[in-house]
Amino acid sequence: MVKFLLRRLVNYLILVALATSLAYVLAASTLNTRSNYEGRNPPPPPAVVNQTLDELNANDQTPVLQRYARWVNGVVHGNFGKTPVAADGVGAEMKRRVGVSLRLLLLGTIIGSTFGVLAGVISAIRQYRLTDHLITVGSFLLLSTPVFLLANLLKVYSVDFNHAIGHDFLLYTGEKNPTLVGGFADHVIDRIRHLILPTLSIALGQTAFYSRYQRNSMLDVLGSDFLRTAQAKGLRRGQALFKHGLRTALIPMATFFAYNFGLLIVGATFTEKIFTWHGMGEWFVDSVTRHDINAVAAVTLFVAVMVLISGLLSDIAYAALDPRVRIR
Amino acid sequence: MTMPDPVMVAAADEATATKPVGEDIASISRGRLVLRRFLRKRLAVLGLFLVVALFLLAFIGPHLTKWSYESQDFNAYLKPPSPSHWFGTTQIGEDVFAQTMRGMQKSLIIGLLAAFLGTGTAAIVGAFAGYFSGWVDRVLMWMVDLLLVLPGFLIIAILSPSFRGKTWLVFVVLLAAFVWMITARVVRGLTMSLKEREFVQAARFMGVPPTRIIFRHILPSMASLLIIDYTINVGGVILAETGLSFFGFGVQPPDVSLGTLIRDGTRSASTYPWLFQFAGGLLILFVLAVNFVGDGLRDALDPNAQSSRAR
Repeated sequence: MVKFLLRRLVNYLILVALATSLAYVLAASTLNTRSNYEGRNPPPPPAVVNQTLDELNANDQTPVLQRYARWVNGVVHGNFGKTPVAADGVGAEMKRRVGVSLRLLLLGTIIGSTFGVLAGVISAIRQYRLTDHLITVGSFLLLSTPVFLLANLLKVYSVDFNHAIGHDFLLYTGEKNPTLVGGFADHVIDRIRHLILPTLSIALGQTAFYSRYQRNSMLDVLGSDFLRTAQAKGLRRGQALFKHGLRTALIPMATFFAYNFGLLIVGATFTEKIFTWHGMGEWFVDSVTRHDINAVAAVTLFVAVMVLISGLLSDIAYAALDPRVRIR
Repeated sequence: MTMPDPVMVAAADEATATKPVGEDIASISRGRLVLRRFLRKRLAVLGLFLVVALFLLAFIGPHLTKWSYESQDFNAYLKPPSPSHWFGTTQIGEDVFAQTMRGMQKSLIIGLLAAFLGTGTAAIVGAFAGYFSGWVDRVLMWMVDLLLVLPGFLIIAILSPSFRGKTWLVFVVLLAAFVWMITARVVRGLTMSLKEREFVQAARFMGVPPTRIIFRHILPSMASLLIIDYTINVGGVILAETGLSFFGFGVQPPDVSLGTLIRDGTRSASTYPWLFQFAGGLLILFVLAVNFVGDGLRDALDPNAQSSRAR
C-alpha cells in the first residue's frame, strides 16, 4: 500500500509542478502590470517604471520564459517574489493569509461531509418517506444556489435576525473585532460570532453535495446480500447498517472528496470576498484585478497543493475503507 | 463545476442499457418508454415546464413592458416594485425587469452553448482515448488530470483581461474548456468496453475507418449518457458563469448577465433588496429546474440504474 501511495504522490507532484507552471505562464502573459503605472498624473518616467517592473519580475519587455525561469529559481529557494502591496514580499503575505483560508476550508469540509453523510444515510433509510423528500428537495435547492448568492442572502437575513432579537449577535464583516478588549473567552465568542455566517455559506452547499451521493451509494448497499447476512447472524438492524452498510457506502465518497475540494476552494473565494476575510481567495481576486503576477502564481500554487493533499487523503481513505486496494 | 453523480451512476449501466444501432422499431418503442418514465417523475416534469417557461419569459418578457434595458425613467429612482416597474428601478432609473430579462437571455444562451461544447469535447476526447488506447490515451488522460488539478475558475479569472473588450463567445469557449474532464473519463471507460462488442468489431473487420466507427457506432451508443451530462452541464456552466461575472471576470459590459446584475444589486442588498432578489431568484429557479430535468432524465434513460436504486 505504501508503494501505491508513493506512486500516487509522485504523480501528483508532477501534476502540481506542471499546473502551477502553466498558471504562471498564463498569468505572466495576460496580466499587464505596466497598466498600473499608466494613466498616472504626472506620468512616471519610463525608466523608473521599467525598473519597478524588473524588481517585481513583471516587465512585459522581458520574455515570459525568462521571467518564468527567474520565478522558478526563486520558488525553489523559498522566495515567492515581490508584490506592490506588501513590503515583505509574497511569501510573508501568504503566511498571514493561509491560516484564514485553512480555518474556513477545514470547517467547511468537516461540517459539510459529516452532516452530508448523515443526511444521505437518513434519506436512504427513509426512502420515499417525507424525510427523504424533504432532504432531497432541500439539497437540490442548495445545490442550485451559488455560494455568492447564498452568502449575500445570509447577510441580508442576518440583519433581520439581529433586528428581531434586538442585538447584533451575527457579525458579517471580517474574522474578528480588532478593537475588542477582554479576556480569552470574549475573544473566542467574538470569533464564533464572526464565524457562523461564513461557515454556513460554504458548509450548506457541501452538505447538500455529499448528501446526494451518500444517499445513492447507501441505497445501493441497503439492498445487498451481505447486509441481510449480517442481520441473519444476529446483528441488530442499526448495528448492521452502520458497521457493515455505512462503511461500504462510504467508499465512493472518498473519490468525491478529492474532486469536490477544488469546488470548495472556489466557494471559499466568494465567502472570503463577501464577508471580507483576508484569506487566499480574497487575495487572488484582488491580485488579478491589480495585475499582481507573483501573488496570483502563489495562490495557484497553494490551490494545487491543497488539491494534491485532498487527493492523497482520499487515496488513503480509499485504501483504509476498501481492503482490495491494499493488495495492489 | 459540474456534478459528476448522474454521469457516474449512468455510466455503470450504460453499456448494457443501449440498444443495437440501426433498429428503428426498437428505437421508437424505447423513445416512448423513456418518455413515459420521464413523465412519471413529477419533479422532472415540473422542471421541464419551468425551463421552457423561463426561456419564454426571457425572450418574450422584454416585449411586455414599455421600458427597455437602456432607457431611464427620470421620475423613478430606486423605487420598489410597482405596476409600472414590475421589479422596481435602479439608482439611475433603469427598469430592473427589463435588465433582468436581458441578463437572463445572456446567461441562458451561455449555459446552453458552453454545455454543448463541453459535452462534445468530453465525448470526442473520451472516445478517442478509449478507442485508440496506447499513447493517445495516455496523453489525453494526462491532460485531463492536469486540468483537474487546476480549478477552471482560477484559470478563467487569470485569462479574463485577455477577453475584456472581445466577444463573449471567447468566454463561452473558456467555460466549456473546464467542464469536460470527468465526463471524458467516463466516456473513455465506456468506449473501452464498447470496443469489444460485436457491432464495433464487425464494423472494424469490414474496414470502416476508426473515426467513422467512433462517430457512427460508439458515440450514438452512449447517447443517453451524453444527454444527461449535457443537462447537468447547463446548470453547472450557468453557476460558473454567474460566479465569474460576479467578480467581474466573466461577462463584460456592455453585456449583462444574471451574475453582473446580482453583483451590482448586492452592493446595497439589505436596503434595496429588489435590485438583486429577482435576478437571484430566477437564477436559482432555472438551475433547480435544470437539475430536476437531469435527475428525471437519468431515471428515464437508465432503467438499470433506477432499478438498482429502487431495490
